[in-house]
Amino acid sequence: MELKRYDNFLRKLHSLAGIIPVGVFLTFHLSLNYTATWGEEAYNQAAGFMVNLPFKLFLETFIIFLPLLFHALYGVYIALQAKHNVNRFHYFRNWSFFLQRITGFIVFIFVAWHVWQTRVQVALGAEPSFGMMADIVDNPLFLVLYIIGIVSSVYHFTNGIFTFLITWGITVSPKSQRVFQYVTLAVFFVLSFIGVRAILAFV
Amino acid sequence: MADQKVIRLSVKRQQDADSKPYIEEFEIPYRPNMNVISVLMEIRKNPVNAKGEKTTPVVWENVCLEEVCGSCTMLINGKPRQACSALIDQLEQPIHLAPLSTFPVVRDLQVDRQRMFDALKRVKAWIPIDGTFNLGPGPRFPEKKRQWAYELSKCMTCGCCLEACPNVNDRSDFIGPAALSQVRLFNAHPTGEMNKEERLTTIMEAGGINSCGNSQNCVQVCPKGISLTTSIADLYRQTTLQSFKNFFGSYK
Repeated sequence: MELKRYDNFLRKLHSLAGIIPVGVFLTFHLSLNYTATWGEEAYNQAAGFMVNLPFKLFLETFIIFLPLLFHALYGVYIALQAKHNVNRFHYFRNWSFFLQRITGFIVFIFVAWHVWQTRVQVALGAEPSFGMMADIVDNPLFLVLYIIGIVSSVYHFTNGIFTFLITWGITVSPKSQRVFQYVTLAVFFVLSFIGVRAILAFV
Repeated sequence: MADQKVIRLSVKRQQDADSKPYIEEFEIPYRPNMNVISVLMEIRKNPVNAKGEKTTPVVWENVCLEEVCGSCTMLINGKPRQACSALIDQLEQPIHLAPLSTFPVVRDLQVDRQRMFDALKRVKAWIPIDGTFNLGPGPRFPEKKRQWAYELSKCMTCGCCLEACPNVNDRSDFIGPAALSQVRLFNAHPTGEMNKEERLTTIMEAGGINSCGNSQNCVQVCPKGISLTTSIADLYRQTTLQSFKNFFGSYK
């Protein structure tokens, strides 16, 4: 199979794509959403700046869409090779391994749904604004699904930073891995807070 | 526990490679300080199950009986470990014995770990020194390096790490942590280092190091306490550097 011939390159690319650009974009996206806590006008202004970026379609395609699509599809291919055994081995890292794959699938579906509700609707003529998101999360079920989606994305990203550092040979010693386990866990809580606080601002 | 009269055992048995597994229970008269092997030997002496029916003796493998050969590895109360160092007085009863699930069963508790030896061959876990003339002494092994390398040499190919790894299964071609750690060992050796690139190139192929998913179960279950995840992380660094060298060129 062709995929197997380029295994090393594709695996590294998959690991990298999850951080740069996808993870960086996620961080940026959640931070931008946070402007919603300052009020409708602040959010509309920040969103308006993003909407009016030059070369928007080019940037969207090559910085967001294609890397995300590759990371998602190749990620599914990797995740389907695992046979989970958290019922037999209850170690913290084994749970992280399991959650990384589960959140991967959740985020895959969530992002597809989220893109449909926002970016596709904008392409079809809707106005990207505070009101658009407020209408979506007006439905309590959607709000809960959004919170699950946001927290899953952040978990997948922050645990991904931890494994990225191993995959690229940066954290080798057990001590460095332990330190970055705590660091990435802290980043998980901070980004989750930003993301959830922001979505609640639309309610 | 002085009042304990019998040792209760529940064994997952299988007649041959293709037949269906079944559970058979045994009750063995209690003696202090027994291990799982000596209990299995009692069954062999008197192959009668808990119902009092005559049965075939349970088949298992063992060689060294001191936790250095790895051949008596099996699932004991669900955990992969060596039967020789599993002491009855420390185990919860009934004691559940089963063959390792990662490997094809030969019979009862005996499995075929050939895939581990194939993996060692694939990664060339040796130092090629044979030739047509005497090459003389090799470079010295720095003492500090020798100390950690020695720990890696304790691997007995028992298969506990493969059993615990969620990425070692029939859907994946991952060779497993044991063989990877041996690549680190032989790449660390001053003579073995001369064939470093060859080993790294092999583990960069599909089923090699990149199939690791960082569940880090291997290091938790290794009976020899080998730092398998450090080995894997170190090999990630070696292969990352190697892939840059391969692409950009290096003629050092």
